[in-house]
Amino acid sequence: MSTPSTDSGRRLEIQDLHVTVKTDHEDKEILKGVTLTINAGETHAIMGPNGSGKSTLAYSIAGHPKYTVTSGSVTLDGQDVLAMTVDQRARAGLFLAMQYPVEVPGVSVSNFLRTAKTALDGEAPKLRTWVKDVNTALEQLNLDPTFGTRSVNEGFSGGEKKRHEIAQLELLNPKFAVLDETDSGLDIDALKIVAEGVNRFRGQDGKGVLLITHYTRILRYIEPDFVHVFVAGRVAESGGSELAEELEAHGYDKYVKAASV
Amino acid sequence: MTAVADALEMERVESHLHPEGSFEVDDHAVPTGREEIWRFTPLKRLRGLHTDAVLDGSAVDAAYDAPEGVAIEQIDRGDLRLGSSGFVPTDRIAARVWHEAGRRFAVTIPADAELDRPVVVTLTGTELEPATATHAVITAGRHSRATVVLRFVGSATLADNVEMVVGDGAELTVVSIDDWADDAVHVGHRHAQVGRDAHFKHVDVTFGGTVVRHDTTAEYAGPGGEVEMLGLYFADAGQHIEHRLFVDHTAPQTKSHVTYKGALQGEGAHTVWIGNVLIRKVAEGIETYEENRNLVLTDGCQADSVPNLEIETGEIKGAGHASATGRFDDEQLFYLRSRGIAEDEARRLVVHGFFNDLIRRIDVPELEEQLAVTVEKELARNLLAEAAR
Ligand SMILES: Nc1ncnc2c1ncn2[C@@H]1O[C@H](COP(=O)(O)OP(=O)(O)OP(=O)(O)O)[C@@H](O)[C@H]1O
Ligand SMILES: [Mg+2]
Repeated sequence: MSTPSTDSGRRLEIQDLHVTVKTDHEDKEILKGVTLTINAGETHAIMGPNGSGKSTLAYSIAGHPKYTVTSGSVTLDGQDVLAMTVDQRARAGLFLAMQYPVEVPGVSVSNFLRTAKTALDGEAPKLRTWVKDVNTALEQLNLDPTFGTRSVNEGFSGGEKKRHEIAQLELLNPKFAVLDETDSGLDIDALKIVAEGVNRFRGQDGKGVLLITHYTRILRYIEPDFVHVFVAGRVAESGGSELAEELEAHGYDKYVKAASV
Repeated sequence: MTAVADALEMERVESHLHPEGSFEVDDHAVPTGREEIWRFTPLKRLRGLHTDAVLDGSAVDAAYDAPEGVAIEQIDRGDLRLGSSGFVPTDRIAARVWHEAGRRFAVTIPADAELDRPVVVTLTGTELEPATATHAVITAGRHSRATVVLRFVGSATLADNVEMVVGDGAELTVVSIDDWADDAVHVGHRHAQVGRDAHFKHVDVTFGGTVVRHDTTAEYAGPGGEVEMLGLYFADAGQHIEHRLFVDHTAPQTKSHVTYKGALQGEGAHTVWIGNVLIRKVAEGIETYEENRNLVLTDGCQADSVPNLEIETGEIKGAGHASATGRFDDEQLFYLRSRGIAEDEARRLVVHGFFNDLIRRIDVPELEEQLAVTVEKELARNLLAEAAR
C-alpha cells in the first residue's frame, strides 16, 4: 500500500478505518471499518443517526488525541495522514470545521488567523492584503470586523461559531474540508450564508468536501455528488443525492435495523 | 445596634486569619513551619531571614528615576513616615526588617501632582550573603496620580517592607516586578492604607528567584476607597512563589478586586496563593471579589490556592471569590493545531491568552512590552524543557 500507485491522484482515501475511544473500563470501538474515497473536486455528504460515529470519523481524520486508530488507513494525495501530527495534517491540506468549535480565551481572532496562515504558508502573509482578506472573509460570513479583536469563539453565539469556521475555511483555503454539522443551529439566512461560503470554496479547482449533516435542507444549497448513510460506525449505503431524499422521507430505520442484525 | 457596640466595632477586631501585629521581634516566635502562616513556605531555603541571619548587607544597589516634583529621600529610623500606613509587622521577618533595615527610603508624590511617567526604583542584588533588608514608604498626596515601579533584579537575599499611603482622592499604582536571577530569595511585606475615595492598584509580577514570598495587605482610612490587586507569576522547576493577600475592609462603601494568575512548569515548581478578605462590621455597602487562576503546564508542579472570606456584616453589595487550577486544555491545543499551528506555538498562544486580560488590566504602557518579553522568556524555557523530554 505504501508504494505510490499510478493513480495516486488528488484524493482523500479512507480504507477500512477502525477507531476506538478510551472509556473508564475499556477501549470502545466506534468506527468499525469505514471505507470512503473523496476525489478532488467532489463533494460527499454523510448522513447518519446520533451517535453513529460521524464526528469520530471527522476527528480521526484531523488527528484528535482522544481517538485511537486501531487499523485501516487514511491517505491524502497518497500521503499517510495517520503518521502525521495534527498540525502536519492541516499543513498537508486538511481542514475540519468542528461541530463544537472551541473557545480560546485571550487569543484574538485576528492573531489566531494570522498565526494559522503563517504556519500553513511558511511565511507571514503580506500585511496590507491580509487585513483586507480577513475583513472580506468575516464580512462575507456576516461577521462584523470587531470579531477580529474578540477572543476566538469566546462568547460567540452558536451560529457565529459556525460562520467563523467557514470564514476560516475560506481564508486558510485547504485542499480537503471536513464539515461536521456546520449547518446545525443555523437559521435559514445563516444557512444560506454558510452554504455560499462553502460553495465559493468548492467552486475552486480540485477542492474536496466531506459534509456531515442530519438535514437535507443544506443539501439544497450545497449539492453533493455522493451521499453516504452512516450507521453504527460504518458506511451502510452510498448513492447520489436521491439517497438524501429517500432518507428525508423514510429515516434511518431500515439501515439501523440492518446494522443491528 | 447600640452606640456602645458600634464604638466597640470601630476597634481593631482580631481576625482569626490575621493575628494582631507587633513591632517587637521577640513577640514573634521563630517559625517552625507548623504555623498556619508558614505551613507552605520552605523555611530551610530562607537563608535564615526568619531566624537570625545578619541583615546588614549592602549587596542591593538602588537606582531611582523619578519625574520632577517627586521627592526620593533616604530616611532615618526615627522618621515619622515609617509606620504611617498603619503597618504593624505580623511576622518575625517583617519585625526584623523594621528594626534592622540597612536602607530606608521614602518616595513622596505631592498633593495634586499628576505624573507624566512612572517613578522607577530598581533594586539590583549583587551578592546572596549577607542578607539585606530595606524599608520603603511611598506616599501619594491627596488627589495625586502616580505610578511607582519597583524592580528587583540580580542575586540577593532580601527582606523588605513597603508601605503605601494613598491620600484622599489619590490614584496610585504600584508595580512590583521580581525579575531576579534564579538564586535570589525575597520575602516582602507590602501594606497600603487607602484614603477616602482613593484608588489603589497593586501589581505584583513574580518571575525570578528561588523562593519568593510576598505578603500584601490593604486597609482603608475612609469610605469610598478602591483596591485593585493584580498578580502575575510564573514558577519554574524548583521555584517557590507564594502570595498572601489580606484586604481588610475597615470602612464602608469600599471596594476590592483581586486577580492573580500564575503558570507553573517543571519538577518542583510550587505556587501558593492565599487570598484573605475581612469585611468588618462597619464596612457596610462594600464590594469585594477575589480570584486566583493557575495554569499547570507540566507534571510535577503544585499550585495551592486558598481564598478566605470573613464577613461580619450582612449589609454588603457583593462578595465573592473564585479559584481554579487547570492543566493545558487539550481541546484548545487541538483546535489551534488543527489550523496548522505547531504544538509549541499553540502552547504559547494559549499561555499568552491566559495572561492577556490581566496584562491589559495592568495598563502601564511603559511596562507592557517588557512584560510581554518576560512572559516570552519564561515560555521559551518551558518549550526548551518540553522539547528535551
Ligand atoms: N469518551 C467516550 N466514552 C464513551 N463513549 C464515547 C466517548 N466518546 C464518544 N463516545 C461515543 O461514541 C459514539 C459516536 O460519537 P460521535 O460523536 O462520533 O457521534 P455522531 O455520529 O457525531 O453523533 P451526533 O449526530 O450526535 O453528532 C457515541 O455513542 C458516543 O457516546
Ligand atoms: Mg457529531
